[in-house]
Amino acid sequence: MKDCKNVWIFAEAQRGKLSPTALELLTAGRKLADDLGEKLCAVLLGYQVEKFARDLFEHGADVVYVCDDKALEHYLDDVYARVLADLIALYKPNKFLLPATNLGRSLSAKTAIFVGTGLTADATEVVINNEDGQLHATRPTFGGNLMATITCAHTRPEMCSLRPMSYEKAPRQAGRTGEVVKFPFDPQRHTTLAKFLEFIKSKGDGLDLSEAEIIVAGGRGVGKAEGFELLHKLADRLGGAVAASRAPVDSGWIDYRYQIGLTGRTVKPKVYIACGISGQIQHMAGMSGSDVIVAINKDAEAPIMKVANYAVQGDLYDVVPAMLEALK
Amino acid sequence: MHIVACVKQTPKSDNVKIDPATGCLIRSGAASAMNPFDEYALEEAVTLKEQLGGTVSVITMGPPQAEAVLRDSIARGADAVYQLGDMAFAGSDTWSTSYALSKGIEKINSVRPVDLIICGKQTNDSDTGHIGPQISAWLKMPNAAFVKKVVEVKEKSIVVERLTEDGSEVLELPFPCVLSVVKEINSPRVRSVKGRMAAKRAEVTKWTADDIGADKTMLGVKNCPTRVVKSFVPKREVCAVAVEGANGKEKAANLVKLLKDGKYI
Amino acid sequence: MDYAINEMEQEVLNATRELAQKKLKPLRAEMDAKEQFSQEMLQEYRKSGMMGLWLPEEYGGLGGGITCLAMAFEELSRVCAGLALTPGTSALGAIPMFLAATKEQRERWCPDLASGKKLWAFALTEPEAGSDATALKTTAIKDGDFYVVNGTKHFISTGKEADFYTVAVNTNPSRGARGISLLVIEKGTPGFSFGKKEEKMGIRSNPTYELIFENVRVPKENLLGSEGRGLLYLQETLDYSRPGVAAQAVGIAQGALDETIPYLRTRKQFGQPIITFQALGHKVAELAAKTEAGRALVYSLTHRMDEEYLPAVKNAVANGTTVHDELKKLKGQRWTKYSAEAKLFCSNVAMEVADECVTLCGGVAYMRDFPLEKYMRDAKITQIYEGTVHIQKNEIITALIKEYAAKGDEE
Repeated sequence: MKDCKNVWIFAEAQRGKLSPTALELLTAGRKLADDLGEKLCAVLLGYQVEKFARDLFEHGADVVYVCDDKALEHYLDDVYARVLADLIALYKPNKFLLPATNLGRSLSAKTAIFVGTGLTADATEVVINNEDGQLHATRPTFGGNLMATITCAHTRPEMCSLRPMSYEKAPRQAGRTGEVVKFPFDPQRHTTLAKFLEFIKSKGDGLDLSEAEIIVAGGRGVGKAEGFELLHKLADRLGGAVAASRAPVDSGWIDYRYQIGLTGRTVKPKVYIACGISGQIQHMAGMSGSDVIVAINKDAEAPIMKVANYAVQGDLYDVVPAMLEALK
Repeated sequence: MHIVACVKQTPKSDNVKIDPATGCLIRSGAASAMNPFDEYALEEAVTLKEQLGGTVSVITMGPPQAEAVLRDSIARGADAVYQLGDMAFAGSDTWSTSYALSKGIEKINSVRPVDLIICGKQTNDSDTGHIGPQISAWLKMPNAAFVKKVVEVKEKSIVVERLTEDGSEVLELPFPCVLSVVKEINSPRVRSVKGRMAAKRAEVTKWTADDIGADKTMLGVKNCPTRVVKSFVPKREVCAVAVEGANGKEKAANLVKLLKDGKYI
Repeated sequence: MDYAINEMEQEVLNATRELAQKKLKPLRAEMDAKEQFSQEMLQEYRKSGMMGLWLPEEYGGLGGGITCLAMAFEELSRVCAGLALTPGTSALGAIPMFLAATKEQRERWCPDLASGKKLWAFALTEPEAGSDATALKTTAIKDGDFYVVNGTKHFISTGKEADFYTVAVNTNPSRGARGISLLVIEKGTPGFSFGKKEEKMGIRSNPTYELIFENVRVPKENLLGSEGRGLLYLQETLDYSRPGVAAQAVGIAQGALDETIPYLRTRKQFGQPIITFQALGHKVAELAAKTEAGRALVYSLTHRMDEEYLPAVKNAVANGTTVHDELKKLKGQRWTKYSAEAKLFCSNVAMEVADECVTLCGGVAYMRDFPLEKYMRDAKITQIYEGTVHIQKNEIITALIKEYAAKGDEE
């Protein structure tokens, strides 16, 4: 354990793009590495991904481990986890942060078993404990109703997946460089029985909810499917996206993929404008991490009015058109 | 086709209590139910069974009262249910839990070979999403997480669609394999009258750590790699500002000003 | 109050309540507005075993009786009387078959009926034969191993969606009402087509169609019972099915109250929740009492019916005989009067409760966004189908006159 050194981050790169989570992990990882006096290293797995090493250096990485092979073009759990496990066995990192994306959640879980170490899921804050140098990862559980700080005392690396958008992206330092370490792909060891067949791009109509900085969400109070057109207008005006609580989804006014909450998606925009949403705990679980919550509701006693930063008592059909007017 | 669905009993309510000494949940007293995400896993297993024939076994790990979630599984269409219950399991993290479940599944497999293991995307209490991929790691099986659709079942493999942030990936996995499924995959049925009646009479197979041949040094709060050192209820430092105004129009104007002043928009 | 007297009935209540809340409720407004049948809901009914509650386990049913059927119909109608008709009308269409069918016919039709793979419908009404069923003009003339059917049926519930139609025909027009027989006619049989789809006031998510028969050749194996006995089977069918309509009416009344009471509790006028105004509160109390009275009437009747129906079904399966014959052997009750009383009372309660509830809630309840107006529209049909309220009164008074005439003879 003593010879385990350095803070690693997993730089997710799929379909020719470096995930924005890589730069967030560099922010979190840089602080950990500096506190420990160790190096910050990034891991790049994929096909034709070496080109991203420069980005990673310019955003704070000291070392980039690259395993670049056609067999890694598409994410398959076993191949990626086996490569990662071999990398870890060879270079013995101290801490390892991965993104809590769909890919990262699955990859981190499988890798932790191959490596034989502990993993904390979906943390929103990671710090080094001054006394023992351990990683303290804090994460929401029960849909955000409880925070838990988790450690992994006896095995290394201490692994953790970090919730997207928990940290700012690291600033670019033009010209900053580091060391590229190439790791050979071994077709005998790095195998899987699974086969990739094809990628289907989502039919994006508007901004992806997870990337939206402003979300205008509607609840039961919207009253009808057509009501979402008004919310779309406000969202378009603010450069944001539209979402919903469960009631409109159940009523068929809007698709399930727009549902925010315990049984829908979790979002963390800068501004969350809840229109006609009462604010049941299940809904709050999906949006309580928003920087600013605005509630527009007829009922001043609705739970959401208590947690909102700005509470507007009124009919959304009066207030939203007036907001559009005021924004002109 | 022999399908194993993994389910967990979790608190229904979001108001949970934590034991400050152990950092573990205090489960007694709170209303419990099947983890909502596991309903989709079980429904997919039952649907595949109906289409292809076969058996659905359900496994859970948990205290004695977790038997209820297995009876519920029978009501939802499962054929056989298994409970891993032992003080040695108490307080296990995902590493230890997935190890225990994998040992339990190995034992089920020794009686009737398992073709497919289906888990929910995550639980509503610990929200990790680790268990599916980790069971597959212990059992050395291929896996896919965030599965939103079973495209096709072939003789020796299954074709699935896996959700990514920007779309979906179609994968083919040979049996046996492990899937973790998301809500989009189906719409879980309600418990039928026959199922409800069968649930009351179903036999629950109960196994201890020894029964499944699990290494006790890999189980429980003392042996698992991670540990909850602190838990707390997050403070929402919100001072709700009631936006003033004589009417909707004035309030809207004031709100827009507040948001602009705060540089939020 | 729950009237379940055994585990099975209690679980029927539990299961239908869960199904109604989770699956039916999200669909009801849209399907009503679009006047569309829901295949999605049919799938849910199939998966939850709702289509075979009243059929024996030997055919894949639950093994319940008339009570189980009525309870399910009440709980589903409490949320949506329109979509509740999918299992409701399939049972209505299949009851005459199940009563009169031979062992072979049961084995042929019941498994797919119980699983819900095939839907049944009941076709009696014709443009010229409504309350007077004896006036029906659809003919079925024997031709070798076939009947050749000609005629038109209208206002047929679950029309076009159903796979099998139990059709009242006249096999011997010269004998009038004594020529009426029942034939099972399968969708897709050449010459059998669908005419006009009706646009209705209520139960709009259940399609109502005209059926047209032009030289439709129906194999003689599809005749139920024997020729000329149709009216007898029809009467027996209605005796068993009218409590179902009564249960549906109770469900509609209860559903209207379910929407009304929470609204009256939260709606404030003159500074207080309006339910605290005695005029309103007392009205609700009266409506609740009438609804409960209707429910008690329905289930005291169905429980008595099951005391004969369940043993008769059991015997029919064991002996390879018809349910009709086994019922006769048991020398049971004639239920006509009681069934008519239940349907008369409950359908009037449903209409009154739905109507008053809309008034109690006021303007909001007149709007389509609020579910109450749908209950008022749906309630009306319970006063009309399977015999109007006036026909029920005829049944009751006819039975009463007979009863008292018999008493007079004794004296």
